[in-house]
Amino acid sequence: MSHDLAIVGAGPAGMAAAIEAASLGLSVTLLDEQPAPGGQVFRAVEAASGDPALAGEFLDAGGALAGAFRAATGIAYRPRTTLWHLDPDAGLLSVASSGATAEIAAKRVLLATGAQERPVPIPGWTLPGVMSAGAAQILLKTAGAVPEGSVVIAGQGPLCWLLAVQLLRAGVERLTLLETGAGGALRDALRAGGLWTGRRLLTKGIALMRETRARGLRVVRNVGDLRAEGDGRVSTVRWRQGGRDHALACDTLLLHEGVIPATHITRALGLDHDWDDRQLCWRPRLDAWGATSHPNVAVAGDGGGIGGWEAAAAGGRLAALDAAHRLGRLDAATRDARAAQPQKALRAALALRPFLDRLYRPAACILAPADDTIVCRCEEITAGQIRGAARRGAAGPNQVKAFLRAGMGPCQGRMCGTVVAGLIAETRGAAMETVGALRPRAPFKPMTVGELANAQPDAIPELTA
Amino acid sequence: MTDPDILIVGGGLHGLSAALHLARAGRRVRVLEARQVGAEASGYSAGGVRTLGRHPAEVPLALAAIERWPAIADLVGDDCGFRSVGQVRVAENDAEFTLLAERVEGLRAAGWTHEELVDAQAVRQLLPAVAPHVVGGLVARRDGFASPLRTTRAFGRAAVAAGAEVIEGARVAAMDRRAGLWRLRTHGGETHAAPLLLNAAGAWGGRIARAAGEEIPLGFNAFQMLLTEALPPLLTPVVGAAGRPLSFKQSETGHVMIGGGHKGRADLDSGEIRLDVPRLAYSARTALDLFPALHGARIVHAWAGIEGVTPDDLPVIGRSAVAAGLVHAFGFSGHGFALAPVVGAIVAGLLLDGPETHALAAFAPARSQLCGPAAETRPALLQPAG
Repeated sequence: MSHDLAIVGAGPAGMAAAIEAASLGLSVTLLDEQPAPGGQVFRAVEAASGDPALAGEFLDAGGALAGAFRAATGIAYRPRTTLWHLDPDAGLLSVASSGATAEIAAKRVLLATGAQERPVPIPGWTLPGVMSAGAAQILLKTAGAVPEGSVVIAGQGPLCWLLAVQLLRAGVERLTLLETGAGGALRDALRAGGLWTGRRLLTKGIALMRETRARGLRVVRNVGDLRAEGDGRVSTVRWRQGGRDHALACDTLLLHEGVIPATHITRALGLDHDWDDRQLCWRPRLDAWGATSHPNVAVAGDGGGIGGWEAAAAGGRLAALDAAHRLGRLDAATRDARAAQPQKALRAALALRPFLDRLYRPAACILAPADDTIVCRCEEITAGQIRGAARRGAAGPNQVKAFLRAGMGPCQGRMCGTVVAGLIAETRGAAMETVGALRPRAPFKPMTVGELANAQPDAIPELTA
Repeated sequence: MTDPDILIVGGGLHGLSAALHLARAGRRVRVLEARQVGAEASGYSAGGVRTLGRHPAEVPLALAAIERWPAIADLVGDDCGFRSVGQVRVAENDAEFTLLAERVEGLRAAGWTHEELVDAQAVRQLLPAVAPHVVGGLVARRDGFASPLRTTRAFGRAAVAAGAEVIEGARVAAMDRRAGLWRLRTHGGETHAAPLLLNAAGAWGGRIARAAGEEIPLGFNAFQMLLTEALPPLLTPVVGAAGRPLSFKQSETGHVMIGGGHKGRADLDSGEIRLDVPRLAYSARTALDLFPALHGARIVHAWAGIEGVTPDDLPVIGRSAVAAGLVHAFGFSGHGFALAPVVGAIVAGLLLDGPETHALAAFAPARSQLCGPAAETRPALLQPAG
């Protein structure tokens, strides 16, 4: 049977969209890789209830949304299910689950696949003991794992401060934040406005910063040229600041330069994208309802542009309303009337974005690491090799993939794709739009030969040879 | 830009090999490639270098080609990743083994000894990881594989070094012949003219032929392939199966490639390709049946390139039956990669009125076997839009 709407991702956007769409009488299926709803931001929120390290908005808001999602009727929820191929014209989703693959039919597809952390290729980032701040947060949320010894968070963005609070609350004693970025970002950010409308979020951020200081966080600002060093494991982090070299003993280095839309699937589908020159990332081109350049596909949440969980939930509701309208279940006037509330919530949630995007603007060098830096972790390809390929004629990341295998590993270019494009743009003096984005191929996530072979239904196709 | 002697439509392996041979013969050659060099079947080939299992008409070409591959660097300045690891076609039951034995008999009768019938034990020596039900097979020990895109680019570089021009992004929009000149207009508005024209447009070869006034039925196929992450060594030769479509190999980097003629869906106007998931699953099942150790191997890529396929599964190589100054080399039907070094020389000979080196009747554009599906009747782009 065919569903009206298939939603991919059980984060705030996906959950809110599913609740809204089901309430409008649409038959909805929601598939998600995780065992429980929540997405990244509210990961394992149901299991974490009562953990003081995670108290606050995470448990209150996330718990409420997950509860409403569980309580809604008319949603076929498929946890532990990975979308690996999508044919939007035929309305067929190929999924892997429980060691087999299956096809799900849906008239419309909403991708609510969220954000990914921006890869931070610095020398030594592949050493054991170096990980992303997001990965550390997942370990904390799902396993209660707290790093020991000297812990350094290096980078910038709201997550650095949130993670710092969470680690300090969880008992980390020696914690240092090396904040990257240049002076003057705050002045530029203040000019962006939106502070009054976004005052609630701003207050939340300031409260976080105050708490980290009170709990003894050491903060070093205007850090550049980060390097991780160590023999088989990170032991030292080095940086430049104020024209001088600095070093700090370090057992765990957590890197973070903000989050970017996860565009792996939207790019694989060949949807239209725009390059965001301020946040240095690709964004799928969307209308006000989240509709993409393909008539059957929409995007909601951080996958369409970083806005945080409240914006994602509002965007999910808008996409659900538009899906009902496009499927003939809701006339335009009713859709627009019901959209007023989520549209207002969306505006409020996004008010602070121009300020944050300027304050935490990634340095352009994030896309131009030094030659000895490994860029493609899977195939161990360095920035120097990629610059060499660009000089020899590779005009885009798809060609570098063919030349060097960068992007051919298990991460399928999620870590290196944009940096590869940035290095080509730098070497050839071209704009990112000209260089283009890596076009990923199915499967969207690696799956095993056994899973693919175990297809349901077990159709034997007509042979062609 | 001085006008060339010869225009070539298609910057795939065959167009570039012809360009190389023509440029080395002192001719001014210009290749018009709609997208980039190797953008379609040439770049997305499985890269099999195979004499094994060829149609009798192709055997002489394949045997001539296998002589050239070990020294391919002498031709193009790069070894193209060629590895002479052999190819094996396994039989999964006695009936298949009997068919293979009959095939070898037939080849011997024609004087060909490159295929060798081997028993189950010999197959297991060649392929220790093969499933126990395999009863025997055919081996061509000089066969192997090369890297498709690397090969195509090497031919392109060598052609350019020899003086050929290769223009990428040159999509042919219209063409005609007047006053002894082929004139090709691109979507960019440029016009290229030359007395001689080679149609090496792959899956779009039928459309180019028709624009020249010649109906040559041509279907197309988007051959799907799967690539795993790097795995520990599992097999050395390239493997096929007697009873079902399969092309299976492991590169030196450990990545295993699973192909085998299961086509995806494609559109010639847009150049867009979509996977056919049930067929892909069938491919995975075949590979798994023959190599059970693959069960947990992670697939990181599945893709396809558009390839022209003729009704009798043999390429179109020869002078146009209706138009002067036109030679065709397209429709290799998924097994043209290995032949490129030889076909390029043959095609150059046809264009330059050189002596005939190979019997080409089986590949003639006007052969009676080309009476398959009706030609397209709707308006069609000569070249892909994307």
